[in-house]
Amino acid sequence: MKTIFEMSRPGRRAASLPCSRVDERFCQMSQLPPELRRSEPAELPEVAEIDLVRHYTRLSRINFGVDVGTYPLGSCTMKYNPKFTEVAARLPGFAGLHPLLPQLRRGGLLAQGALRVIYELEQLLKQITGMDAFTMQPLAGAHGELTGIMLMAAYHNDKGNQKSLVLVPDSAHGTNPASAAIAGYQVVTVPSKNGVMDPTAFKEMLNDQVAGVMMTNPNTVGLFNPYIAEIAEAAHRADALMYYDGANLNAIMGYAKPADLGFDIVHLNLHKTFGTPHGGGGPGAGPVGVVERLQDYLPISRVDMRGDGTLFLDYDHPKSIGYVAPFYGNFGVCLKAFAYILALGGEGLKEVSQDAVLAANYLRVKLGDKWQVAFDRPCMHEVVFSAEDKVAQHGVSALDVAKALIDEGFHPPTIYFPLVVKEAMMLEPTETEALENLDALVAAMGRIADKAAADPEALHAAPITTPVGRLDEVNAARHPVLQEPLEA
Amino acid sequence: MRFTPHTPEDRAAMLAALGLGSVDELFAVIPEPLRARSWDLPPGMSEPEVSQYLAKLAGLNAQNLVCFLGGGFYDHHIPAAVDALISRGEFYTAYTPYQAEMSQGILQSIFEYQSAVCRLTGLDAANASLYDGGTALYEAAMMAVRKTKRKKLIVCTSVSPIYRIMLRSYTINLHLELIEADVSDPAALEKLLDQDTAGLILQNPDFFGVLHDYAPHFEAVHGVKGLGILGCNPIALAVAKTPAQMGADIAVGEGQPLGLPLSFGGPYLGFMAVREALLRTMPGRIVGRTHDGQGRTGYCLTLQTREQHIRREKATSNICSNEALCALAAVIFLGLMGKQGLVELAELNMTQAAYARERLTAIDGVEPVDQGPWFNEFRVRLPIDARVAVSRMIDKGIAAGFPLGRYYPDQSNNLLVAVTEKRSKEEIGYLAEGLEAVL
Repeated sequence: MKTIFEMSRPGRRAASLPCSRVDERFCQMSQLPPELRRSEPAELPEVAEIDLVRHYTRLSRINFGVDVGTYPLGSCTMKYNPKFTEVAARLPGFAGLHPLLPQLRRGGLLAQGALRVIYELEQLLKQITGMDAFTMQPLAGAHGELTGIMLMAAYHNDKGNQKSLVLVPDSAHGTNPASAAIAGYQVVTVPSKNGVMDPTAFKEMLNDQVAGVMMTNPNTVGLFNPYIAEIAEAAHRADALMYYDGANLNAIMGYAKPADLGFDIVHLNLHKTFGTPHGGGGPGAGPVGVVERLQDYLPISRVDMRGDGTLFLDYDHPKSIGYVAPFYGNFGVCLKAFAYILALGGEGLKEVSQDAVLAANYLRVKLGDKWQVAFDRPCMHEVVFSAEDKVAQHGVSALDVAKALIDEGFHPPTIYFPLVVKEAMMLEPTETEALENLDALVAAMGRIADKAAADPEALHAAPITTPVGRLDEVNAARHPVLQEPLEA
Repeated sequence: MRFTPHTPEDRAAMLAALGLGSVDELFAVIPEPLRARSWDLPPGMSEPEVSQYLAKLAGLNAQNLVCFLGGGFYDHHIPAAVDALISRGEFYTAYTPYQAEMSQGILQSIFEYQSAVCRLTGLDAANASLYDGGTALYEAAMMAVRKTKRKKLIVCTSVSPIYRIMLRSYTINLHLELIEADVSDPAALEKLLDQDTAGLILQNPDFFGVLHDYAPHFEAVHGVKGLGILGCNPIALAVAKTPAQMGADIAVGEGQPLGLPLSFGGPYLGFMAVREALLRTMPGRIVGRTHDGQGRTGYCLTLQTREQHIRREKATSNICSNEALCALAAVIFLGLMGKQGLVELAELNMTQAAYARERLTAIDGVEPVDQGPWFNEFRVRLPIDARVAVSRMIDKGIAAGFPLGRYYPDQSNNLLVAVTEKRSKEEIGYLAEGLEAVL
């Protein structure tokens, strides 16, 4: 399909701007001296509004979202995104609110509604996780991880601890080691045993250099680590902090709280657990919660309540790590998550976890006939299969299976992750897929398994129903074309 | 309200397939002593109840103030087509386009966004977005540190003070030397440059709305083999000398002016463009054009060996989710404005601000601070504390600007005033008349 630039016709336009609203003579003041002016206007498209609307509508139609069909992309919690939350985020009282307004004198009083959203969401997240305080500033999950490690560093610096290591299990999301590294720590990988971080290996690797350990529980294999209390106790004895990656919180709401499991710092992915749309890869929101002994280090500002019940932004936290975002986080995303939590309530959230875990186990059992499950025991909200046997027997890889699923009308699972499982296929159905959708997925996977034996070549050719087939990614990386070339 | 489709019969059927009697059995793996001891959350609410509650909260915000607040975040008009298009569920409810064949829509739109950012900045390659202007500046600074293997960053005090606080926060444990100084004058800069200088960070227009030519500054930093980083306002780029023309190596900025609502601070959009030589050290997702086996053109995520899911602790950044939907909004906004429209929008902003500046500086006791030229924002010196003046103006229904004393203690009487295309001549008149009355 042509790009918007290729559709451009000189002189065509869509912009509707007011004519100069002030005296003509001020227009001269908008003329910059030549040394400050760009030599040529930027070659932006020249299109009519209808052309542009059709262009992006056509593009939307060759894109797949949760609104289109089942999207069991493991670790990403692609659940249904309720529409009413969008309306809430677009209320002019929220959408039009300038973030500097509260910094004006008496300004907090001008944004009481927005501060109330942040304050109440904090109370709800505290109850859900057992943590003592939250910041809404982190703008995505990985940003929450970075914030969490910065908090860890602030804690150790404050205590005069000299620590340089962060332990991360081999099953961790790539963001965990990356976050620890860019925060200035050296990362040490802890091996798994039977799918979960091995407590014995962990204890052997633990020493007084360890600042903290980053865990996801249930982990990326979909398994709850039953040794968590023992791990946390050992970590705390070494004055290492326990970091909880909340990517998989959708599995345990109402059943376990990260604080009770021994964690000191958590980040939550509001866009995963609390149903805000993923937007084709963001925006997300990654609030971070901490136990009491870490709350002095949280980013500023923090929303606090005065004696008269009004809310204000409190910048007076001298031990704070500072600003990790310019203001109060991705407020629009927080607002949608707040609406979601209010709608579901405590029982609804617990039911979310029940149904998410039930659906994943249903897939585990139903797919078990034809597919090799990585760890044959009850899972939490996601389940990992391996195509290793299909590769050996038929030369059909996880990638082939994924592409064949596209032709069946499904978004594929996460593939080749977690790294601890060869030819991994990680399915997370979430709680919002109806039984008939799960059955349809099972049936499609069954057909693919059969085809792997009968006609593996057909699977190598998949997908065939999409506007393009498998793309030459090697060419894309070797000869990068990253923008529409300018016409000479 | 529930969004789970399961009927009691569905659940029973699934449990039966598992050979279980109750769903609680699935949680048996969580040791009893670790189970949640409380679950003290409010009961659920219906859609109208939640909607009414949120509308009530929205009503507690001062939504009808006439806005002259800027500081890097502006009250621009958002064409209706932006929201109509980004609200398409196929975009909205997708995730990162790992499966290219079924994600060509978001991939091509990001490719178009990257193209637009390159054309605005004049640089060679752009990424698919970062979280916001502040984190983009931090990522750019870290690129300079990595690329030069040096430790010293020089940041001009006319760079957003909010972003400078962010930079301090992010770098405090990294054993870097972060020097914040007024280096508007190249002579002042020369004194700070040395063989340990990784990068120089400037902003155009600067935090006070003044446009500059930083070519001499970037030439100087290149003289010591450091990198030049320029923070930009994307609408000002329609008319201002480009980062490429000035010799910057990395351009970053806040994309909020490109069709994103103010939304109390986010979600926003960090954009980044670099020279070719820096491409493989750039953080974040990048979309490239390639072809399939039949020669059909398609788009995919590329250069992924920089990224955390491949390189883990050796990645150029930890970024995973970025701001794809905001990038989509930005490219739609830029398409709607178009080549001429964006120039007109920029000039209209400058004209409006020029008028407001004349009106305000005509008031007895209100003085201009800078010589200009300005984009859509400027500072004036008031005869009283700017916070007091702004506070009084709120009673008149006007958010008159940002009192600079908060971030610049020696500027407590200075007010930063932003004027976009949305402000009418009458509103600018109210601002001037109101300010005259409260001083």
